[in-house]
Amino acid sequence: MASEQLEEYLESILDIEEKEGIAKTSAIAKCMKVSPASVTEALQTLADKGFIHYEPYKGATLTDQGWEMARKVKRRHRLLEVFLHDVLHISQNNIHDEACKMEHTLSDETECALCKMLKAPARCPHGSLIEACDRDVGSCSACLAEPGSARVCTRDEPLMPVTSLKPGQKATIAFIRGDTGVVQRLTDLGLTIRTEIQLVRKAPLLGPVEIAVRKTKLAIDHTIADHIFVTSCMEKAG
Amino acid sequence: MKGCDTCSGCHLPSGPGPIMREYVVALAGNANVGKSAIFNQLTGVEQDIGNWPGKTVERAEGLLLHRGQRIRVIDLPGIYSISALSTEEQISREFIAHDHPDVVVNVVDASALERNLFFTLQLAELESPMILAVNQMDLAAQKGISIDLRKLSNLLGVPVVATTAIQGKGISELTDAIVSAVSTRPRPHTISYGKEVEDRIREIMHLLPSRAGGYPPRWTAIKLLEGDSDALWEARGQVPDVVAAARAAAAELEKIHGEPARAILSAERYHAAERMVAEFVTIRVPGEQGITLTERIDRLALHPFLGYVLLILTIGGLLVWTFIIGAWISEILLGYLSMIAPVEPLMTGSISAIIFNGAWTGLVAALTLIIPYVIPFYLFLALIEDSGFLTRFSLMLDRGMHKMGLHGKAIIPLVLGFGCTVPACLSCRIIESSKQKFLAAFLVTLVPCSARTIVILGVVAAFVNIWWALALYALDFILIVILGRIAYRVLPGESVGMIMEMPDYHVPHVPTVVTQTWQRTKSLLWIVLPSYLIGSIVITAMYAAGLLAPVNAALAPVTVLLLGLPLMTGVVFIFGIIRKEMILLALAAIFGTTVFSTIMTPVQLIVFAIVTMLYVPCISTIFALAQEFGWRRALAITLLETVLAIFCGAVAFRMLSLVL
Repeated sequence: MASEQLEEYLESILDIEEKEGIAKTSAIAKCMKVSPASVTEALQTLADKGFIHYEPYKGATLTDQGWEMARKVKRRHRLLEVFLHDVLHISQNNIHDEACKMEHTLSDETECALCKMLKAPARCPHGSLIEACDRDVGSCSACLAEPGSARVCTRDEPLMPVTSLKPGQKATIAFIRGDTGVVQRLTDLGLTIRTEIQLVRKAPLLGPVEIAVRKTKLAIDHTIADHIFVTSCMEKAG
Repeated sequence: MKGCDTCSGCHLPSGPGPIMREYVVALAGNANVGKSAIFNQLTGVEQDIGNWPGKTVERAEGLLLHRGQRIRVIDLPGIYSISALSTEEQISREFIAHDHPDVVVNVVDASALERNLFFTLQLAELESPMILAVNQMDLAAQKGISIDLRKLSNLLGVPVVATTAIQGKGISELTDAIVSAVSTRPRPHTISYGKEVEDRIREIMHLLPSRAGGYPPRWTAIKLLEGDSDALWEARGQVPDVVAAARAAAAELEKIHGEPARAILSAERYHAAERMVAEFVTIRVPGEQGITLTERIDRLALHPFLGYVLLILTIGGLLVWTFIIGAWISEILLGYLSMIAPVEPLMTGSISAIIFNGAWTGLVAALTLIIPYVIPFYLFLALIEDSGFLTRFSLMLDRGMHKMGLHGKAIIPLVLGFGCTVPACLSCRIIESSKQKFLAAFLVTLVPCSARTIVILGVVAAFVNIWWALALYALDFILIVILGRIAYRVLPGESVGMIMEMPDYHVPHVPTVVTQTWQRTKSLLWIVLPSYLIGSIVITAMYAAGLLAPVNAALAPVTVLLLGLPLMTGVVFIFGIIRKEMILLALAAIFGTTVFSTIMTPVQLIVFAIVTMLYVPCISTIFALAQEFGWRRALAITLLETVLAIFCGAVAFRMLSLVL
């Protein structure tokens, strides 16, 4: 299977899995606009390559390897959307399809340069969160300040924004994105890298999230919290 | 410690000289740890306290006399970090760094020591003599936290005193410690950072002249490395090479750690605090499953549905109280007071009769204003502040405030604005970005303060009906939202999101609530009563001298033509600029009656109330705005609101004339 097609499949499975828990063949077929028969064939190939767990008649879920790959493509897709929309002023209707075609050919270096140029955006024009990159940096300002070329070392743990934790879930801070003032404020309040935090609750309608850190509770604006990336403690243990 | 043999106040530097020196002691620490409570206990001054971060926005001073020493105690606004962001934090930072108090009493919250010690370690770098007051020991004990104070004292190298300020526990020990510290000047230990950081601090220190700008060189070096703009600015004037060297060193650090130098230093301070806390704090976990009271209440107060129901009930209850129960009490009170002497502001008669009538009318007006409306409101405000509910309002309404380019913290000044606009404007300091701070202050001036509520009640609710009074309130809220949205678009600058500490709830402390209510009421009494008396006399005098007619004539195009109000209201509006409560008094004095329905039609009464509600904020508010944002902006708000008031009044006059 061509890598382009493979990545498209992984992306669709990620979307469906996030919504429904498991990606059924029929759902994938609908999403990719192909016949269920060709989906079954593709899923078999993906399972052989170790990107997904596939059970006939039940559906597919991503393996860690597949998830990592799908996330990476998603990130590129959304970064490209921001670029097409904000820089090139392509109309909102077309950016998704354009980005779909471009995302497979983007190199790590270009992705990084694009992210820097767009000042590390948090969300795509449709409002979906852009995942953090897997470069081994402590914050975006470090990346933006750095003049040289991309470093090779990468993160080994999956990252997620603090806003995607469930109430009561604990996690460790890995990375804070944002302008220096906000990052400094959060650091001063005790949100330093590798600190354990707990999500207490999320206010409705994308309101502030309340997190417990160092025996205190902080209410943090949702947009700012989107920029705080954590590694879940459970995944770390497992 | 009892008796003279253990007295620490005896080793004075050289005995009491002819001129007694006054020592300065500053209370500093994170927000909402109880600095003001300690300040009140030490000095007997009644500084407002409450359970929300940002309560103290201006430094307060009081005098402590103990063992023959005069000690000036300064209560500083809460500060989380020396590299401070918001105005109120900068006040603290400046005072500690520039004014060099003799001793800094660092107040810390016993139940959140890690976060509190982060600031302590920053303070230590300033090398000013320090005492640590570990406050809220009772709450820490409830949470099963026990603290080895001796070990803490050894680790930091300064005296440590345990206090529960709200109950007055540990205050005498703290007083003794302060008095002895002004002569012994205990200096805290500073922490050492990682080798790569320390090397660079030393490098910068070598380039610095000794005691540059009166600060310890190590502190200056650290601030330069952190890229602190104030430190950079001062260093540029003295030693320009240092700035370049500091920038280069910071860039190197950033390369090593992949984080900005500031964040690296903050993280290291936190690690040091963590290590210290691990040494002297033990936590008994009586049952991790046991849900705390705060968590229980939050499940209701911050519930996605019930939370809003609670919020609406609270605000609705307050309105109902003001408009229905308050008005009822006010009427009864007026009935009783009229039995003592008739309330009839006479404009004629002997000078003594005029003065008596002015004084009596003033007193009655003030009492019927303060007892039914102001005291219950301030009591309610003190309750929601002291319990910790006010911060939950912020969290729940954060999203809605985004529509006006504000965030949840702005709820606090807006709620305070229902009481008095002046402190509400000052409390806007808790908002970090200057655009949002100004925006919040602008909207605060539109919130109907207690004085404006009185006018709406006394004019519209009393002589038209209660529903029109409520409609005016509704109109005001709609205007706040619309103007907020417009101002958000028009004003330059950016809006940032909320980051706010959520304190634990506690059962309101009765003496605190009562004192706070009384303090606020008292300040109103001291201003309202004299201004009513003087106002009465001035109006009478001006009337007698024939000075009112030209003022009225000058304002006639606006009052009569645009607004359709009686000619005499012109001068009433002028008096209202001094204080808005004066409007009712002036109206009664000039027209010689308190039954306003005999002098104005319902439409005129409503238009009159709309203009009063919106026009020029009172003179104290204008001064407060000028102090915070400069005269240009203060006058711009004044002008804008006057135009708005005339516009709304004129539109209402024309539209209501068709209906009523």
